[in-house]
Amino acid sequence: MSNIVNAMYNIRQFDELARRDSLIHRMHPLAKLLATLVYTVLLVSYDKYATIALLPFVFFPVYVAAAAKIPLEPLLKRLLYIEPMIVGIGLLNPLFDHGTVVVLGYAISSGWLIFLSIFLKGTLAVTSALLLIATTGMDGVALSLRKLMVPKIFVLQMMLTYRYISVLLEEAARTVQAYDLRAFSSQRLKREVWGPLLGQILIRTMDRAQRIYDAMCLRGFSGEYCIGKAARPGWKDIIYVMTWGVLSAAFRGINLPLWLGNLLTGAGK
Amino acid sequence: MSHHITEGKDLFYAYPDGHQAVNGISFRIHHGESVGIIGANGAGKSTLLMLLTGILMPANGEVIIGEVRLNKDNMAMIRQRLGMVFQNPDDQLFMTTVHDDVAFGPRNLKIDEPQVEQRVVSALEQVGILHLKDRAPFHLSAGEKRAAAIASVLSLMPDILILDEPTSSLDPKSRRRLMKILGGFEHTKIITSHDLDMVLDICQRVIVMKDGQAIADGPAKGVLTNKVLMEEAGLEMPLSLQGCPVCGGEKT
Amino acid sequence: MHMADALISPAVGATMWAATAGAAAYSIKKVQSKLDDKKIPLMGVMGAFIFAAQMINFSIPGTGSSGHLGGGLILAILLGPYAGFLAMASILIIQALFFADGGLLALGCNIFNLGFFTCFVAYPLVYKNMIGKEFFAKRIIIASMVTAIIGLQLGAFGVVLETLFSGKTELPFSSFVLLMQPIHLAIGIVEGLVTAAAVSFVWKARPEIMEKAALNQALGALPIKKVMIGLAAIAVFTGAVLSWFASSHPDGLEWSMFKTSGKEELEASGNIHQKLAAIQGETAFLPDYGFKAAGKIEPTEEQTEKWPAVNGGTSLSGLVGGMMTLLLAAFMGFIINVKNKVKKRSE
Ligand SMILES: Nc1ncnc2c1ncn2[C@@H]1O[C@H](COP(=O)(O)OP(=O)(O)OP(=O)(O)O)[C@@H](O)[C@H]1O
Ligand SMILES: [Mg+2]
Repeated sequence: MSNIVNAMYNIRQFDELARRDSLIHRMHPLAKLLATLVYTVLLVSYDKYATIALLPFVFFPVYVAAAAKIPLEPLLKRLLYIEPMIVGIGLLNPLFDHGTVVVLGYAISSGWLIFLSIFLKGTLAVTSALLLIATTGMDGVALSLRKLMVPKIFVLQMMLTYRYISVLLEEAARTVQAYDLRAFSSQRLKREVWGPLLGQILIRTMDRAQRIYDAMCLRGFSGEYCIGKAARPGWKDIIYVMTWGVLSAAFRGINLPLWLGNLLTGAGK
Repeated sequence: MSHHITEGKDLFYAYPDGHQAVNGISFRIHHGESVGIIGANGAGKSTLLMLLTGILMPANGEVIIGEVRLNKDNMAMIRQRLGMVFQNPDDQLFMTTVHDDVAFGPRNLKIDEPQVEQRVVSALEQVGILHLKDRAPFHLSAGEKRAAAIASVLSLMPDILILDEPTSSLDPKSRRRLMKILGGFEHTKIITSHDLDMVLDICQRVIVMKDGQAIADGPAKGVLTNKVLMEEAGLEMPLSLQGCPVCGGEKT
Repeated sequence: MHMADALISPAVGATMWAATAGAAAYSIKKVQSKLDDKKIPLMGVMGAFIFAAQMINFSIPGTGSSGHLGGGLILAILLGPYAGFLAMASILIIQALFFADGGLLALGCNIFNLGFFTCFVAYPLVYKNMIGKEFFAKRIIIASMVTAIIGLQLGAFGVVLETLFSGKTELPFSSFVLLMQPIHLAIGIVEGLVTAAAVSFVWKARPEIMEKAALNQALGALPIKKVMIGLAAIAVFTGAVLSWFASSHPDGLEWSMFKTSGKEELEASGNIHQKLAAIQGETAFLPDYGFKAAGKIEPTEEQTEKWPAVNGGTSLSGLVGGMMTLLLAAFMGFIINVKNKVKKRSE
């Protein structure tokens, strides 16, 4: 039950964030998608021991979150859900990596660097992906997919899934709740009810699909999905992608923290 | 404008499982008439509406819309003149924003985008929810959903408006608003409902269904006050026509 | 398990994206050619159904734990492999965006691992053959179990290989396999049981749904060979382009995976374990080089990038620089925030 409620809340929250207004929100969806993709590719291209070197990649999510006025709470909450898996895989590394590094005079397993690297990459990639949806919304994503020549049929189908997720989550919640009320038991479903419970929702779902299809046909649907013409990317959008593309590439190319550190400590001369 | 006639001639329909849901119905509805179709649960009202819109094809008999017999070939054409609002607005609002949903029909007609926009705005204004234009259906209340569903067929500018239980799950205020919206249309209206007070308010004519057949067809007031007939159909008279339980007097 | 951006290299991500896009394009063509518009809303709503069903906890008999539905198999059974694959792709896209499950670059891997293996390998090769022409309650259970297990084992192995080829971790192949496969055996059993329960219920309550689904699929048997060859071609092509790019840009992005895997194919030493151990050695080669010998080697750009050198001074300045970078980022965020507030007030 709590899973269902959480999922519902999460989707609504991000949907609502995406309907706000800001400099970033007004940017063309395709520009935001491309900027995020370039950023992610460059981020994950760092080698497995990169830790401090990739810190400049913090700038992009901080900029987007601040400029789009996205609150930190929903982002952090999602990160807390996701992080355990990344951390789990990361923590195995110190066990298997037998190299050592010396940090400030202490010798530690270089596996810890891998752990830290995975953690940083995971956090940054997840945050920037969440920021993409929080500033673009599903409609924007659909629009950029269309611009990328993804067939309409797929886009329509995906949007229908998105549209009906909340309806079906509510239906699942009601059904599970009805079971809980009568079973007086735990939140988990016993084996005997798996079939009836899921099967009933499934049958209702298929009947619903039929009614939706009827409703679509009554309004002239003939397999062709007509979406309105979307605005083209303007020069602002191009500048946005270029700026973050070049910045990310520059951060990737020069080790900014090391350079800064050398400057401050006078080392490396 | 008698050319927008909606006619059912001796209609029969049985579901694949053999259940005879519509069992020989005939009627003729003129342009501008508003007709209520009432009957107990399972009487066959929704099935009848599906026959009228070509979602189901009658096993026997024919549907005639504006002098043309509905068949598979002219279905797309005829459907442009029909607007059907489904019982459950969630089945009808399948796009991700109210705007896109209202634009869905006009866009399928391949109308130019500026004109589509015009139609969307005017349809939303008619039902009074222009401010909800960019909202997602799951952010709407039941009454707002219903209004959006109606707007989504109004944007097609239909000659005939068909509504399946439009007032179900609405609170009294939303219901009254909806009745006001419906009262404002000069279209032909065909409405099924269990809300007999609403039917009395909006419809001049009522068809009573029982077991897939029409057991009465006549002026709303006459039919709805016929206690024997209503009981036979498994219905009760509208509250506004029932005697006052406190003073015991008969309202007229 | 979802593949994550943090574990992946650009080359592996791009290759799997290409393979996934290929499979999706082919599926769309197939779905479209059948000209059944009715399927579009069905696919959409079924996707939403799976999404919701994934949130339900099923208690596993005899254990204290609970499991979830993945959904790939149900989709394949009820929609057929092509539409099922597309529906699964939509679900994973939405999850990657709204729930950050996996990430954008790893999305190709995830769609492939969770959609392709079930819809295009396990379902046509195992399920269809086991179920035969007629449904029997028992057959449905066994066929679903076996199919789900095989599909998920393949998917889990996909995760292992993708992680290994990406070279972002130090996990030895054998340990990772030993970790992943048994977990996914358990997940597969739950998946099979839940799928069978739901499908059997639908079959009893509304047999025409199942008959229709079966009929729909009979129209187009799956040319597995064709699909496989096509995908292999796409993967090889992408790999070739990327490794060409890598070799002409030696200090550009890190594409080590393709260098090693290219060598792999030349050494025809049958034992896969040994082969992968060799890759393991290759990827582990860099750190040794970087850390143990750093003192002797001139700090080229490559070297400075692998920041943690033995030199204590460098590590100090690295730490200081890192702190500075974070402070700068925080400062930038702060300034933008203040500017936003000022703007709001002046409005
Ligand atoms: N898809 C179906 N398959 C089989 N029987 C059906 C189906 N849909 C409806 N029926 C049956 O047909 C009969 C008429 O159903 P219909 O939905 O038309 O009734 P209704 O008058 O609209 O009822 P309500 O007031 O409850 O909406 C009912 O007995 C119902 O059980
Ligand atoms: Mg009905």
